Amino acid sequence: MKYINIDKKNWANGLENLYGNYRLFGPVKNNKHHVLKELSKGELPDLNYINTLLSPKSIVFPQSETMFEYSLDESKEDHHILKEINKDYSPRALIGIRPCDAASFLLVKRNFDTPEYKDPYWLSAYEATIFIGLACSDPCSTCFCTSAGCGPFHEDGLDLLLVDEGENFIAKILTPRGENFIKSAGWETEADHMAAKKTIKNMKMKAEEKIASFVSTDQLKNKSTIDLYAAPFWEEIAFACINCGTCTYGCPTCWCFDIQDEVSKSSGIRMRNWDSCMYPLFTIHGTGYNPRNTKVQRVRQRFMHKLKYYVDKYGDGIQCVGCGRCIRLCPVNIDIRRICDIMNNYDSRSRLET
Amino acid sequence: MQNPYLPYPVRIDEIITETEDKNLKTFKLVFLNPDDEEKFSYMPGQFAELSVAGKGEIPIGIASSPTEKGFLKFTVNKVGLVTTCLHSMKAGDIIGVRGPLGRHTWDTLKGKNVVIIGGGFAFTTLRSSIIYMLDPLNRMNFKKIHVIYGARSPGMLLYRDELAEWETRDDINMHITVDGTDDPDWKYNVGFVPTITEQKAPPGNSDTYALICGPPIMIKFTQPVLDKLGYTHNHIIMSLEMRMKCGIGICGRCNIGKEYVCKDGPIFTLAELDNMPKEY
Repeated sequence: MKYINIDKKNWANGLENLYGNYRLFGPVKNNKHHVLKELSKGELPDLNYINTLLSPKSIVFPQSETMFEYSLDESKEDHHILKEINKDYSPRALIGIRPCDAASFLLVKRNFDTPEYKDPYWLSAYEATIFIGLACSDPCSTCFCTSAGCGPFHEDGLDLLLVDEGENFIAKILTPRGENFIKSAGWETEADHMAAKKTIKNMKMKAEEKIASFVSTDQLKNKSTIDLYAAPFWEEIAFACINCGTCTYGCPTCWCFDIQDEVSKSSGIRMRNWDSCMYPLFTIHGTGYNPRNTKVQRVRQRFMHKLKYYVDKYGDGIQCVGCGRCIRLCPVNIDIRRICDIMNNYDSRSRLET
Repeated sequence: MQNPYLPYPVRIDEIITETEDKNLKTFKLVFLNPDDEEKFSYMPGQFAELSVAGKGEIPIGIASSPTEKGFLKFTVNKVGLVTTCLHSMKAGDIIGVRGPLGRHTWDTLKGKNVVIIGGGFAFTTLRSSIIYMLDPLNRMNFKKIHVIYGARSPGMLLYRDELAEWETRDDINMHITVDGTDDPDWKYNVGFVPTITEQKAPPGNSDTYALICGPPIMIKFTQPVLDKLGYTHNHIIMSLEMRMKCGIGICGRCNIGKEYVCKDGPIFTLAELDNMPKEY
């Protein structure tokens, strides 16, 4: 594994060199919050941040995305026939994402890249993206990444990991794509391998020690789906929920979407938009019947999906990377860490005895 | 990369009003590109997304059988935005079809007795199944075939000409019924589907499978009857409905537990459903 030393004095220059070869995306401060946006020429990402308000999923999976276009004008030969449209899948670099968010793309990929069907929009954007991570040295109190399958210096899903040493970044090259990116920027100073490795190891240990909250997930796969589904705690968990859907919009691993047609005069598009299991319209039938008609059912669906259905379907942990956004953003303080522990510790037998 | 969201363009070849309330119409569709018909290789029990440009898509069971070449048939109930638009369309109009979607269970049924139980307008994929099994090339692959099919009134039965033709055959046992009728010439059964099932269906055994499709109320009252007749839950095959969008297990809304009705269903055995949350 190769380590490169990037003197911060050369940071802007390097990004300038990259500009023609990649579309650059990074965090910038927008009033109160850091948001991800495409950087214009000369614009620098602000890497002095905890994490972005929303997750970076929109870089690969936009909140609204056109799928097809068509004409309704019957004088045109191909009227009413849906056509694919050209999209910009030129190389793009996501600079400075947190390791938890990088890991989320791998969890979500399982949904969009299946043996039977490949989602061409998600996959084309994903393949066009190079992921430049920024290790977390100051995680916040809602972070629980280390018990959600990743961590503040986690490398899965990244092409390059930047570690901020104050005057410089150490860049750990993780893939050939990461190496090309570094070359393209012109950052060439190799760091002393042993020293870099040691520095990162120490910083990683210190960062992990700062993670103050945890979830227990070890029993989830052994629990019966039917028992958890029928458990008595859902009423209490859902009591305060207002079904606003903020948790699902902020979440890096929520992938549900709706498909809608939009028409203006004689031309139309078919598009997809983020959707949320918090909304009754998500599941209502044409007849008016709704299998998830109540708030409790919808809240249960969100947590059962992340912490049980996903666990059973893929056999590789929970559908959560511990970024803590849903905890920070929830207007009524619903906390996935607490619910995860309740589910993990639930014993349907003890319920019968009491 | 093949785009699984892109519908095949089709032309509406014929529209048949099926029922006396005029709320059910059958659309016979012909592919604009003959190659697409080959790509759309399906089995009875599967469904497709019908796509109306400007309105959207709806998941509808395929009513034609793969043994019928040159067209697809869908019987559509007028319910919402897309179906209402479809009902106002004319022969010659262009729509789209995306699929086939969902799984089927024909490997299980080979060499078995098949009991088809249908109610109301949920008879579409069952029609597909009957046409498929009665095809001269397929009939020897199945033992006895029973069909119990009911509707509110004679005028609400789908595919009445075909029902009459099947009644005259000796290789299929038809038990048509209506909830009630004042037609003095009605020569078939009167009674609800569960009652007729109890009277006419053969007893359950390891060689017999029941295929059920109908409104929830019919299923609710037919299930105890099948239990009484000795059908085990892995010999009862049901088709579920859910609000769907993508139809390929990606958009996330039609799950029951970890199963997506669109991709892992819509066909489930009752034994499978027994192990899933009752959220449907």
